This record gives sequence, C-alpha cells and structure tokens, in this order.
Amino acid sequence: MKEEGKHNKKAKKYGMVINLDNCTGCGACMVACMAENNVPFKEDESDKLDSITWMRVYKLANGESYPDADICYLPRPCMHCEGYHGHSPCVSVCPAVATDYNHDTGIVSQIYTRCFGCRYCMGACPYHARYFNWWDPVWPEGMTKYLSPNVSARMRGIVEKCSFCFHRHQLAMDKAFLEGRTELEENEYQTSCTQACPAGAITFGDLNNPHHKVNQMVKPDNKHGGRPGDPNAFRLLERLGTNPKVYYISSKEWVRRAGDNYLANEDRTVQQH
Amino acid sequence: MDSALIPKGLKRCSIGKFYLGIALVGAVVLWGVYAMLLVWIKGLNQTNMNDSYGFALWIWADLGIIALGGGAFFTGFLRYIIGKDELKNIINYAVVIGFVCYASAQLILGIDVGQPLRGWFIFWHANVHSMLTEVAFCLTCYFGVLVIEYIPLLLENRQIDKVPFFHNLGHNMHEIMAIFAATGAFLSFFHQGSLGGVAGVLYGRPFAVREGLFIWPWTFFLFTWSAAAFGPCFTLFVTRLTEKITGKKLVKQNVIDLLAKIAGWMMGTYIIAKIIDTWYWATVTAPSKGFTFMDFYSDNSFYGIWILIAEIVVGGIIPALILLSPKGRSNSTALFTAVSLACIGVLINRWVMVLQVMAHPVMTFENWFLYVPSWQEVATTILPVAGGIIVIALSYRYLPIFPQEKELNP
Repeated sequence: MKEEGKHNKKAKKYGMVINLDNCTGCGACMVACMAENNVPFKEDESDKLDSITWMRVYKLANGESYPDADICYLPRPCMHCEGYHGHSPCVSVCPAVATDYNHDTGIVSQIYTRCFGCRYCMGACPYHARYFNWWDPVWPEGMTKYLSPNVSARMRGIVEKCSFCFHRHQLAMDKAFLEGRTELEENEYQTSCTQACPAGAITFGDLNNPHHKVNQMVKPDNKHGGRPGDPNAFRLLERLGTNPKVYYISSKEWVRRAGDNYLANEDRTVQQH
Repeated sequence: MDSALIPKGLKRCSIGKFYLGIALVGAVVLWGVYAMLLVWIKGLNQTNMNDSYGFALWIWADLGIIALGGGAFFTGFLRYIIGKDELKNIINYAVVIGFVCYASAQLILGIDVGQPLRGWFIFWHANVHSMLTEVAFCLTCYFGVLVIEYIPLLLENRQIDKVPFFHNLGHNMHEIMAIFAATGAFLSFFHQGSLGGVAGVLYGRPFAVREGLFIWPWTFFLFTWSAAAFGPCFTLFVTRLTEKITGKKLVKQNVIDLLAKIAGWMMGTYIIAKIIDTWYWATVTAPSKGFTFMDFYSDNSFYGIWILIAEIVVGGIIPALILLSPKGRSNSTALFTAVSLACIGVLINRWVMVLQVMAHPVMTFENWFLYVPSWQEVATTILPVAGGIIVIALSYRYLPIFPQEKELNP
C-alpha cells in the first residue's frame, strides 16, 4: 500500500454522495459506466450473478402493504473503503498486491495485469462490488472502434471493479501539470456516472475539501472514521468498519435503516452516532 | 510378474487384480483430467461459481484435504520431537497420505485460479498483509518437506535399495529426518493456521470474522488445532480402510490406540475451544455488527442450525468421547466410526468456513446465495482423490510402508 499520502496534508479523499430521494432508478449511471470503462457484457445478461456491472442499481422495498408500500433505488459503485488506515477489506487480502489503496486520492485501484484471479478480494467485499471475468470479452462487430482508449480492456480470469473513473483523474492531472498547476478544480475530475445522472442524484468530489459539495452535503467526521455529520446521510454497512467513501442521503428512515444491519431493539441513530 | 519389486517376505494380490483396480480408478482420473483441461482451456465459466460465490467447492476441498493431511505433520511431531517411538510403525503411511493430500491441494489451486500462468505472482509480488500469501509460502515449503520425507520411502523399494548410492542416501536421509519433521511441524503450524486466517480476517463478512491475538484471528489457532486433532483420525481411517481392503492387520493395536488416544485429547480440547469461540462470536461479535446468531442459520433452504450441530456434536464431541474411552478405542467398529465421524466433522467445519461465508447475505436488501457445483468442479475435485488412491496403492504394493506387516502376517 502506498504510504506517501498518510502524512500529506494535501491528500485527497475522493468520494461520492448519492441522494436517494432524487434517484429514479433509470440506470443511466450503469450505462455510462459500462461505456466509459469498456465493461464487457454477455449476449444474455439475464443472469446478474455472473454479469459485470461496476455500478449496479438495487431496488429496495419497505415490505409494507398498500398504502404504506414504498420503494427506493440504490446505486452501488465500489465503496473505495479506507478501512483502518487503508486496510480495505479487499486490499489487505489480495496476495499479489493486485489491488491497492492510494493514500493520495483514497481510491482503491485494480491492477489488471497483476491479478491472477484467486478471487479472495471478491469474497472479502461485503458489497459485491467486485466482478470476475468469467469469459473473455466479446464485442459486437465494429464496436472495438468505440472502446475508450484510456481504459484497458480486461481479459478472462481476472477481477475488475469501479475505479471512480481514475483515468479521468490522470487526464485532469496531466492537463493541470501542463498548465503549471498541482491542484484540480472540483469540476475537472468527475466520474461518468455523476455526469450521466439526469436527476443530479450523484455528487462527486474531495471529501477532505470543505469547498467541495460532497463535504458540505454529508460533513464527514474524519476523527471518527468519516462517519456522516448530516442526520439524513448514511453509509452502507457502516458497522462493519469498512469505512466506505460513498455516502447516501435519504429523508426516509426505513431507507437509512436498510443501509445496515440492526438488532430488532436497536436504535439506528444511537448505533451510528 | 512384478514380484521382484514387492518387498521381501510380504504378500500382495495378483498383478492382474491389482492393475484392474488401478485401471478402474485410472478411468476416474481420466474423467477428472478431461474436466481439468476444459477448465484450463475454456476458463472458469465451466464452473457454477459466480460473483457472489467466488470461493466454492475447490477452496473447500483444499481446506478439507489439508486438514485431513495434517496427520503427517502431527504424527511426525509426536514421533520425532516428542519421542513417541511406537508411532514409527505408522509414520510412513501418515507421510504418504500427507504427500497425497498436499499434492492434491496444489493441483486444485492450480485449477482454481483464473490465470494459472500468473500463479507465481503470489511469490513474486507477495503482499505480506494477506493470509493467502502466508498459505502459499508455507504450503509450498511444506510440500517440499513432504517430498523429502517421501523420498527415503521410495528408496526402500527392493530394487532401488540394491544400488549402493540410493541405499546410503536413504539411510542418511532417515538419520536427519527429525530436522525435517521439526521443519514440517513449524511450517504446518503456520499454513494450517493461515488457512483459518483466510476466513477469520474477512471483517466484511460477519459469519467469518473473529477477534484474535495480534494479527491472527482465533480461526488461525482453531484450524491448526483441528488439523492436529483430525489429521491423525484420517491417517487411522485410511489405515483401517487399507486393512479391510487387503484383509490384513498392518499396524499393531497399541500403535493405533496411542495415536487414537492423542487425537481424542486434541479433539476434546479443540471442541471446547471451538464451543467457546462460537459462543463469543454468537453473543458478542455478531451482535456488534447487527446480527443475531440465528440470522446465520435461517431464511434459506440449506444452512440451518443442523449444520452447526453436525459439526460440533456429531463430528466433534461424539468421536472425541469415543476416542478418549479405552473401550471405544479397543473396539474396532467404534474406533472406525469415531475416526469416520471426525473426518466428516472437520470437513463440515471447512465447508461452512468457505461456503456458508459466501452464502450469507450481508447487505439487508440481498438474499442468501445458494450454489450447486458443476460436473466439471466435481470431477476436478474427485481427480486428486482418485490420483491419491493410485499413489497409495502403488506405495503399499512396492514399498515397505508398514514395518509390522511381516510380523503380523507370518
């Protein structure tokens, strides 16, 4: 794991805030992600257990009957967990350092040419955000011309996952370097799902930067593992200690409670704060 | 026809009968090899694994056979380090069984990874934080030790032993075997333990995660302990099976009794530790993450509380009680039942620590994931078992594996 950023005051912590009240479940984020990152697909995508969706939209239901029935759509990218000092669930178990926690950006990378396909990281990830290439990618005729040259296509037998469109960060940094800058503006590095969301439900930026919207929206408390200060904000499976960098906002208590596991008699707000 | 290769003074079945049996098992090997080639050529899409079931039958088989092969290191430890001299009469067979188990584990790992040609990355790009790295290093080194322990047995073949160089080499290797036994025990402690650590460190998986000592979760110690307890049971199981197949007594009762008694004590103490571990996990660890104990054993069609009872009571407490009782050990049926139940018990433990971990949903809006292996997975899992039967059969026929055989079968 890269240690440089540990004591670097300028270290970024890129993260995402998804407002579930705004999400319509249209799936534009999933489509944009697949196109942007050359995500392979099968002829028959009906079996979701072996299809690759870096960004996956789940449909949640409150289990009540009419007129109290309610649903919510929950987009789930990789959570880019920090764990404890960068020991993300997946990073710490990879035997070949094929996945890495970058302390300068907070991004969990996947090194495709290093991965040998043991799938231990997939077992370690409670969010099912990691996907295995069960087949070699097969692109429809002519489609290879439309693949992004900035993202390498993956081969059979290795694991892949959401990278927070890290190639966009690299391109933005290259541009900034040529212009004599070392810092990026907030809008210079945005993920494809953020830009594709027609409802503006996804916000992306540096959680460490108080001028960035993501920081203002959830007010992360870095002294307490980044837990959200906003009472309507929550993270998935917060209690496991994965310390994810994707935050959700919902005005509905049942949605917030669905984000984690609680014993029947437990008060969510007490456990989270 | 092959009498010149058979150890002097020992009786073996006819060559026709022997090789007919080998051919039958060989057919199973060929079936497994066909499945293995399919997986290597076409990829892991030949399996029924999926993105929710990244670890499945093969990893269970690996963990299972390594636990069962634990008889080699623990019997060697007892014989060479503790000085239980009687065990020299069963140590050869324990080594052969261990060799087969570990070779099988290596083969299955070679099939299981998505990019087998990159397998060496685990050594070259080793991540010191990963339990799997520790497994790879210790497992490979210990397999090397088992090869070194197996070689002197091979050199004892009647014809090979005639060559002075091999005779002297075998003799000298026997002389320093205590060093390898000690090395094997040391390495086994770590790889058996790190296999337990593989599940115990998964802090994103509440069914698997355990607190522990320094970097090692409790499963690290439980796996080593259980391998030392249940491994000798498998050695006794295969020995008894061999006696039944050959129709001969091969090891004296006092040797069997001693190993069974030690296994019984190890198993009894292990089961107490396992119950404490389960109790703590159920009442402290899991609730701290929002789960009740029964969340892990309900709302699905397979993983009920029966599996925990089968593991701890049927596959642990009952065989331990039989093995700890002198009456149980002296009754051949009771002994065979006990070691059989023990083998099933440890295999269930390894099963739940791999497959139930994957099956249990962690996010509240997901359901249990159940999985049935494909025929290719089954065939490639049976492949090393069949291969192991052939290695054991050839070793028994052509090598003086059992020092007491001549005396017991005049």
